[in-house]
Amino acid sequence: MDGMLALYIFMLAAFTGYEIIAKVPVILHTPLMSGSNFIHGVVVVGAMIALGGAETVVEQAIGFFAVALGAANAAGGYVVTERMLGMFKKKEGA
Amino acid sequence: MMTLPIYVQGAWFLGALLFIFGLKGMSSPATARRGIVVAGYGMLVAVAGTFLVPGLQNLALMLVALVLGGAGAWISGQRVKMTDMPQMVAIYNGMGGGAAAGIAAVEFARGGSHHTITVVLAVIGALIGAVSFTGSCVAWAKLQGVLKKAYRLPAQNAVNVVLALAAVALGVAMVVSAPARPELVVGFFALALLLGLVVTLPIGGADMPVVISLFNAFTGLAVGFEGYVLGNPALIIAGIVVGAAGTLLTQLMAKAMNRPLSNILFTPMVAAGSGEAISGTMKEVGPIDAAAMMRYAAKVIIVPGYGMAVAHAQHKVWEMTELLEEAGVEVKFAIHPVAGRMPGHMNVLLAEAGVPYDKIFDLDEINGEFGQADVALIIGANDVVNPTARTDKSSPIYGMPILNADQAQNVIVIKRGKGTGYSGVENALFYTDNCRMLYGDAQPMAAEIIQHLKTMG
Repeated sequence: MDGMLALYIFMLAAFTGYEIIAKVPVILHTPLMSGSNFIHGVVVVGAMIALGGAETVVEQAIGFFAVALGAANAAGGYVVTERMLGMFKKKEGA
Repeated sequence: MMTLPIYVQGAWFLGALLFIFGLKGMSSPATARRGIVVAGYGMLVAVAGTFLVPGLQNLALMLVALVLGGAGAWISGQRVKMTDMPQMVAIYNGMGGGAAAGIAAVEFARGGSHHTITVVLAVIGALIGAVSFTGSCVAWAKLQGVLKKAYRLPAQNAVNVVLALAAVALGVAMVVSAPARPELVVGFFALALLLGLVVTLPIGGADMPVVISLFNAFTGLAVGFEGYVLGNPALIIAGIVVGAAGTLLTQLMAKAMNRPLSNILFTPMVAAGSGEAISGTMKEVGPIDAAAMMRYAAKVIIVPGYGMAVAHAQHKVWEMTELLEEAGVEVKFAIHPVAGRMPGHMNVLLAEAGVPYDKIFDLDEINGEFGQADVALIIGANDVVNPTARTDKSSPIYGMPILNADQAQNVIVIKRGKGTGYSGVENALFYTDNCRMLYGDAQPMAAEIIQHLKTMG
């Protein structure tokens, strides 16, 4: 990818992340940490690409672990975040 | 980067878009639930699109890995108790860091790119991903109680610095000699993994929330950098957004504890034995007196801590609160920013028990009210109400903002035993004249108080 273009993406993404969190109430810090933990679970996509191009047994083994770990990050992150936020929802309806 | 079909690019773009919308939604209580669901769809779209990448090999292996990792984490995530949530977040986060390091490892093994910027970012991503992986595993082990104490090496900081420099030196060598020799790559990863272990082992449990948050930011950055290596903007955006958000969150937490990040990483709290000796005795009280003191009070402030969560007493405490309110007592909950094991953890636990938002107050909101409270009821909290933090400069928790529970007319402390808090520091509050100790597990004690309140009508 074009190096300069990537630098712009880095900059804008960093601002986006900073701005989104800046005004969050303490009550949501734990779910939000968990939620952002889920979002970097997208690493599973990168791991799939790495495994998809793996040729030797070593590459396949590392790629396999990377995909499994990434999938666990995404799935686990989603479930725990959803469970935590689900409790807040119930409360508001009451 | 090879040119990919538009539907693959489109899927990743849509994924990135949904992640940002989801995260935005999660930043407000009203839309938080929808936020995670939106982000979840983003993940499904991004993963589904990846299967359509032309020329993808090892598909069977990939499916097995996805199902193994995904289903395993899904089930464990469903089963974990709310009290154990922080270590669960830690371990999932560590896995993401491991995956990011794994991507870099595969790239290095393939001989990958010779382009300097790409190799530099791959190395940096691999380093912080690997540190986040082993560091998060240690964090999990500590909070889960597998590792009971902090292990501190002699000259810990020097060891940390030497290890970090050695890892960076090997990383530089990899960049200069790209494609690097296998021994060099293996040595680099071994050092990076070791670094995560060694840095995290001496950090005490009380500082762990900040460390987990820091590793969360680390993993985000690692994912972002590996996204660049793979030429995948969705990874870059998701990773860097989380990296930035996580960094800010880490700062907010460190500030709430009045523990600069550098202190947490380089001068871990010294356990027990430090700080001034405290004179005086602790005075006991029975559940019936505790019930009477609260029943005939005008205002009660409850300070819940991790001990309440461990005892699963939050439901009983809420039942007790409702009884007191029926009797005309004003009851409020005071939450310290680091009550529980992560900021906001206690709010989650109280929400689970059904305590409405409007009865729960932050430190800044409620600290002025303790002076007008007849009773401050402290349940399983310790360090966050220790007045030593205000006065004793030699104390490890000196300077940490505390809840001013000692300013209430009477203080009742429900506590299992006479031990110290998580920081290992004696609590001066317990020895003051207006403080009474109610020894026992929070749940049966709350139940007894409820019984007595009922008979008092």
